[in-house]
Amino acid sequence: MGSQVILKRPTFWIILLATLAFALVPALTGNLELRENLLLGAVYIILASNLNLMIGYTAYVNFGNIAFFGLGGYIGLYVVNVLGWSLWPACLIAGVVVSLLAFILGTGILRLRGAYFALATIGVNEAVKAFVTNFEPFGGASGMYLSFSSFNALGGARHALWLAYFAIVVLMGLSLWLSLAIKNSRFGLGLFAIREDEDAAMVLGVRTPRYKSLVYAISAFIPAVAGTLFFFKNGVILPDQAFDLTLSIEAIVMLMLGGQGTVIGVALGAFAYEQLRGFLLVSSTFSQFQLVVAGVLLLLIVLFLPEGFMGWVYRHLPRLRRVIE
Amino acid sequence: MSALLEVEHLGKRFGGVRAVHDVSFAIEEGQIFGLIGPNGAGKTTLFNLINGVIKPDTGRVALQGEAITGMAPYSVVHRGLARTHQIVKPLNDMTVLDNVIVGACFGPQKLKLKEAATAARDSLKTVELIDRAHVLAGTLNLAGKKRLEIARALAGQPRLLLLDETLAGLNPTEAERMIAVVRRIREESGVAILMIEHLMQVIMSLSDRIMVLNFGEKLAEGTPEEIAHDERVIEAYLGDPDLASRLMEQK
Amino acid sequence: MIFDLTASVINGVLVGAIYGLAAIGLTLIFGVMNVINLMHGATIALGMFSLYLLTTAVGLNPYLAIVPVLLGGFVFGVLVYWIAVHRVIGSSDLMTLLATFAVNMIIIGVGTAVWTTSPYNVDVSVPQLAISMHGYTIPGTQIVAAVLAVILATLLYGLLYHTRLGKAIRAVANNRAAAELMGINTRWVLAISFGIGIAVAAGAGVLIATLFPFTILSGANYELKSFVVVVLGGLGDPAGAMLGGIVLGLIEGVTAPFVNVSWTPVIEFTLFVIILVLFPAGLLAFKWGRK
Repeated sequence: MGSQVILKRPTFWIILLATLAFALVPALTGNLELRENLLLGAVYIILASNLNLMIGYTAYVNFGNIAFFGLGGYIGLYVVNVLGWSLWPACLIAGVVVSLLAFILGTGILRLRGAYFALATIGVNEAVKAFVTNFEPFGGASGMYLSFSSFNALGGARHALWLAYFAIVVLMGLSLWLSLAIKNSRFGLGLFAIREDEDAAMVLGVRTPRYKSLVYAISAFIPAVAGTLFFFKNGVILPDQAFDLTLSIEAIVMLMLGGQGTVIGVALGAFAYEQLRGFLLVSSTFSQFQLVVAGVLLLLIVLFLPEGFMGWVYRHLPRLRRVIE
Repeated sequence: MSALLEVEHLGKRFGGVRAVHDVSFAIEEGQIFGLIGPNGAGKTTLFNLINGVIKPDTGRVALQGEAITGMAPYSVVHRGLARTHQIVKPLNDMTVLDNVIVGACFGPQKLKLKEAATAARDSLKTVELIDRAHVLAGTLNLAGKKRLEIARALAGQPRLLLLDETLAGLNPTEAERMIAVVRRIREESGVAILMIEHLMQVIMSLSDRIMVLNFGEKLAEGTPEEIAHDERVIEAYLGDPDLASRLMEQK
Repeated sequence: MIFDLTASVINGVLVGAIYGLAAIGLTLIFGVMNVINLMHGATIALGMFSLYLLTTAVGLNPYLAIVPVLLGGFVFGVLVYWIAVHRVIGSSDLMTLLATFAVNMIIIGVGTAVWTTSPYNVDVSVPQLAISMHGYTIPGTQIVAAVLAVILATLLYGLLYHTRLGKAIRAVANNRAAAELMGINTRWVLAISFGIGIAVAAGAGVLIATLFPFTILSGANYELKSFVVVVLGGLGDPAGAMLGGIVLGLIEGVTAPFVNVSWTPVIEFTLFVIILVLFPAGLLAFKWGRK
């Protein structure tokens, strides 16, 4: 672990290539349908791989991960819309504020373990959602609509939407790179120790409270920035959409599908889930049963392949794990 | 010059039970200090109080003159006190080597990953586990897991090592090897050791000093000879007066 | 003003009893097998729609419908346990959470396909029991529902504390390994407990459906309320859950005149998180079968 420089890792180049493909293929073909499709895929990969830092690396099940995305969206749009700042500082502010809030909140709720922590995160998501629904500066229940002039600062709507798309793709690449970098760092080693046995980790010298708060805050940053970009691109943000608990849990399904704790697996899982979801939504037979199919899929993974796709691959080809992860 | 570890009037209650009461002792640099006593005498609780897993109600613990009473376990480790567990706690889904790297990385020396890997290998050699470095820790047998516990604690190069029944549950051959490991650790690193052990002949032969706990209280302390001939110890713990003399003969 | 407050308190207690019953279903399952049942909401919704079917298609009296719903809920719960839950008992929290959530997705998916997400309601009224005071009327349905909730909770209490099965369930909750050694077939005890938990949740769904209109998604809201209740009363503690339910009902009822109702969830969930962090054993914990 850690002996290889990250640039030498094939995974680094796989991530770079995937990011470039996401950015260039729709740009060169001008295919807007493909762009929207890949956008959702990129957002799912961002959500799932940052969540993986909590669930896959640290074994803390965060059901409220979507709160980072939603709150980031709200803060970012508020900065753009009401304060009239440009998009990029708004992204940064959203990321920093949400991470700080997560860090502070984390010092409290991360004292809980197991199911208790999972419950608390559901509570956090619902509390934040209920608060935002009542918070007038954020538009309350009717949400916030972006004024059209916000797009003008970025060279018109068409241009602005492409920029937001590229930025989200970059965030996708950064999320994967972050997962890989943490995995091969001293910090990551500490997280893994916490995942395996928190008490043992503490006795071995891992400063567990700080590590947990840190990873919680880190896992909030990119989703918050992505939230700003995503809802900026949508032009509107509503409480139910921003804090959708189902999407939170779908993110867990994605990382389970690909293999929790793996870098590439989680990305594959998120992408596959997005494709499947898209297929089910347009299919004449299954459009009614999208949720049922997803539920059956989840149940099958949980019961028969809890390590996920890449987990299964690595178990059968252990050498591959050392090369890729 | 203060001792390496000083424990003064340490006490802890659980509900109505006095788990540890008014225990004081000191350990010098490089010493092997044995801790014996019947089951439920509070030996493991004493360990937990010293390394911060449990906060004491009364008393004081100092390491190299610095008070560590009630500090979090990781802060205690960072100051040079590492321990093993009687009930092993391997990081199951990580390799044996990574387990030990955790100890080296986050232990007293706070090594960087690369240096930690080297230290971890040395530590694994010391406990004769180097040939299993790349298997998952969860797949080791009990003897392996016990040696892994020691390797992890040792890898951070502590000043004081707390060993909690490293021999319990091992068969005679495995125990023999483990005793050799403990001797080697002392010779190679000069680390002071505080050990809980039930096998009397082992503790008598390894220890420089021994303390006996009974119902959470200190019953006696002294050299192995003194302990073996202490009336109260024989009555409360050894039971058979001849056993003591046999033990000393074997030594 | 005083009468308003009295009415709010009575109203709060009545609704709270039903919250309590719903939460008992959740907390029983957690107490016995350490599983947070994420299909709780879907089960409540199933109870609601069962009531709808039994009253419209079969023409059953709505309050009698609770009997077949309890039985059906029990059988359904035992089935779900064997199919989806048993394999993951004892593995990580994530697995049990996801297994029950998967079943939740399936139920909601099928339910949406059958009933869409538009609201339904069941016509029930018991005007002879309504209580009027100073222009505020407490409907008879609310009183009947609360009384039934308390009766069901009492019956469950009797089952847990005065039958052999109850003894076995409590033994398994306290220490599964020891119960196994004592010759208790823990697998079946777990399955039966899960069935009871599901039946109680479905029964609570029936009672709620006699009061308010509902959709297939309504259960989620009550599931979240059940979480709050359970944390108030102590995770895994049925008696605490009933008390927690009444406390939650009171909070809702008493704050209603003073705070805009849309702020209630903010208060509820903030309290929820704070209590969970500060008192993980519950504010009103009775220490029932906690591990």
